[in-house]
Amino acid sequence: MYSFEIERPATIAEAVAALKGEDAQALGGGQTLIPTLKQRLAMPGVLVSLAGIDAINGISRNGAGEFCIGGGSTHAAVAGGAGAYPALAALAGGIGDPAVRNRGTIGGSLANNDPSACYPAAALGSGATIVTNAREIAADDFFQGMFTTALDEGEIITEVRFAVPEVANYQKFEQPASRFALVGVFVAKYASGVRVAVTGASEEGVFRWAEAEAALSADFSAAALDGLTMSAAGMIGDLHGTAEYRAHLVAVMTRRAVQAAG
Amino acid sequence: MTDVTLTVNGTQVTAQVEGRTLLVDLLREDARLTGTHVGCDTSQCGACVVHVNGEAVKSCTMFAVEADGAEVTTIEGMANADGSLSTLQQAFQDHHGLQCGFCTPGMVMSAAALLKENPKPSAQEIRDYLEGNICRCTGYHNIVKSILAASGQDAGAIAAE
Repeated sequence: MYSFEIERPATIAEAVAALKGEDAQALGGGQTLIPTLKQRLAMPGVLVSLAGIDAINGISRNGAGEFCIGGGSTHAAVAGGAGAYPALAALAGGIGDPAVRNRGTIGGSLANNDPSACYPAAALGSGATIVTNAREIAADDFFQGMFTTALDEGEIITEVRFAVPEVANYQKFEQPASRFALVGVFVAKYASGVRVAVTGASEEGVFRWAEAEAALSADFSAAALDGLTMSAAGMIGDLHGTAEYRAHLVAVMTRRAVQAAG
Repeated sequence: MTDVTLTVNGTQVTAQVEGRTLLVDLLREDARLTGTHVGCDTSQCGACVVHVNGEAVKSCTMFAVEADGAEVTTIEGMANADGSLSTLQQAFQDHHGLQCGFCTPGMVMSAAALLKENPKPSAQEIRDYLEGNICRCTGYHNIVKSILAASGQDAGAIAAE
């Protein structure tokens, strides 16, 4: 690692101020950032640890019944604390391994927007609201391509709000070495319609599968997906799977998610 | 350089560290507790697992500065007060839960965290929980048996698998 300083602010305001420094970068749980730093793929001057900010930690329900998850909440905390949204709790409990889940945070995962991460699928599939120190961003506007989000420089995810669907399920075809999703599909059925979010597959990062959403909104059953296929154009192809394989998996995992959601 | 003070296995440790100093380096180089191993240094293998405030974490993927004020338990803190092996450690010995032993510190720390959460895990639950701990001798079967035995269950039940 290159050399850097670490600051540990106790409030959002202090963190925002610290992130205005030259070459300052936010540090969540560090489960992606620290390996990145070890490979010298990043060279921050200052890391601003968000772990000591109590205001962005914790899980609650608001008046609208939404799950409000502090941006600094660990995957383990969400797995254990989001029982009323079982698909979300199960997704969080399937990220990485137990030790990673004790450190990694929802805010860190969403801000990084790894094209194979699980949380972007939950946020986009639930139409979540990403709350920052400055504004509220709809998930549909938040994800802007591989490792790219609507966040401005120095902007911190303070909370993520999830409306709880009637039924939902996440199916992850795991890449066994990294435990990231080779393809993951999050399906959520709301009164307003069905949302289908796909991670791990596209060169553009997480995306919604509009054709599947339309079919499932009309008839929420695996049979409604018969004949629907995903084009391999723009899919990720690597040593773990070709673009065609991933495109095929998208349809398979969507079907499994619908079946499991019931 | 920053001064950090933490409690390691009940003893207060103070060290001067850089921002980039990892918790595992503080434990090994400053506290001279070399039982915690660095296998991969890429968050894959789990040989470096320790408990920070009671939770299993990979000490190669946490900065020492972030452990300031924390209670840390390493493999050196797992034996009984009189120095004898704990039930879990004894079970690893009795059931040959280690071959070369390099992964063992992390295996024991992860297993201890599991048993705190789930005192009677099934063999499958043990395997699932250890997904972030890699044994390059591939001695998983006896590790699972050891943990079953440590939790008071019949380790022989999986012998025929």
